[in-house]
Amino acid sequence: MKHVAQTREVAGQSPNWLLARLDDLINWSRANSLWPMPFGTACCAIEFMATAASRFDFARFGMERQAFSPRQADVLICAGRLPFKLAPVIRRVYDQMPQPKWVISMGACASTGGIFDNYAMVQGIDTIVPVDVYVPGCPPRPEGLLYGVLLLHKKIKGESLGDRALRDEHPLDETGLRLPPDQIDEISEPFGNSVHQFRSA
Amino acid sequence: MNPSVDALRATFGTAIGRATVARDGETVVSVGAERLRDACQWLRDTPGQQYDYLVDLTAVEYRDRERPLEVVYFLRSLERRADLRVKVELDPAVDLAVDSVVSLWAGANWLEREVYDMFGITFRGHPDLRRILMWETYAEGYPLRKEFPLRGRFSRAEQVRQALAANPEAHYSLEELSIADAYQELPPDMKERLRNGERGDLPNSE
Repeated sequence: MKHVAQTREVAGQSPNWLLARLDDLINWSRANSLWPMPFGTACCAIEFMATAASRFDFARFGMERQAFSPRQADVLICAGRLPFKLAPVIRRVYDQMPQPKWVISMGACASTGGIFDNYAMVQGIDTIVPVDVYVPGCPPRPEGLLYGVLLLHKKIKGESLGDRALRDEHPLDETGLRLPPDQIDEISEPFGNSVHQFRSA
Repeated sequence: MNPSVDALRATFGTAIGRATVARDGETVVSVGAERLRDACQWLRDTPGQQYDYLVDLTAVEYRDRERPLEVVYFLRSLERRADLRVKVELDPAVDLAVDSVVSLWAGANWLEREVYDMFGITFRGHPDLRRILMWETYAEGYPLRKEFPLRGRFSRAEQVRQALAANPEAHYSLEELSIADAYQELPPDMKERLRNGERGDLPNSE
């Protein structure tokens, strides 16, 4: 019986014909005119620049205008490793961006900390800001970033105006954590080669 | 062997420890911590020495726990085209402190701050001794010391919490870069340009 009740609830929230068409229109326009905010901190930013330049040219996918102000951007592209000292900076940049907004985590370091499993480095920017698309690679080639952008288009086109959870950006507590502490520890655990290093020196 | 070593020995006597020639041909001389600043001043000001340029200042901790920490001064005489490395040994069990050389070479300011930040070595008489790479509220210790764990002392969640609590604007102000402090020493044309800049009111401007 519980199952049926849930289904009814979803049916009540799910978009009707008119709202669905409106979603299509809005998502189409959003996906095809993304304004990226580059947050380049390392070698990934070089590949990002190549992606923006004439040979690969992400303006072909609607990212004609790069916004170097977070207040006029809707995609934050973190290209490169993020040290803890920059964590409050990227958080503030994210907070300054108006909704709707998305985040692309470009490269191994931004996504997981990469080879920098040490005291100074954030182990994945998803411990700081919510991430929509992870682009693997060290650094990813421009084709890889473009594929990530296309995946983001796909994701945006599947969104619904009725889904309030998509626009929820409230931190978990007053200290600004957006994930529970044990989840952050779990995400940040060593993997790959770094399991051979030990916490005690 | 750099002849400055013998001159140092003649002047400072037993404060000068052993001297070696490193593999790259540079002379490395050890100086007692209590005479370090005097020796540096002597090396800078004495005619025939004239080590007027501090190339680098750094510190070493060896894997062998019995060996003391070393602070290394890379000196160069632009006039005479000569190089000299001066080392000071500091025993962590006693006191990790040495006199600052900022008053001799202004460029030592940030270098000493970096050594303080990474190794916890105190420089007596430094005008502004605080962390430079890590943020000022960083509480985990001194990252380049051998007893410091690679991933830091706190859990990752605690590290994220403390990092997010830091104020990002506390680190990148004009004051941090000392531009405002250096205003009086700037050439007149640069002063004029700054006066019309977006900042508007510089301290001590007329």
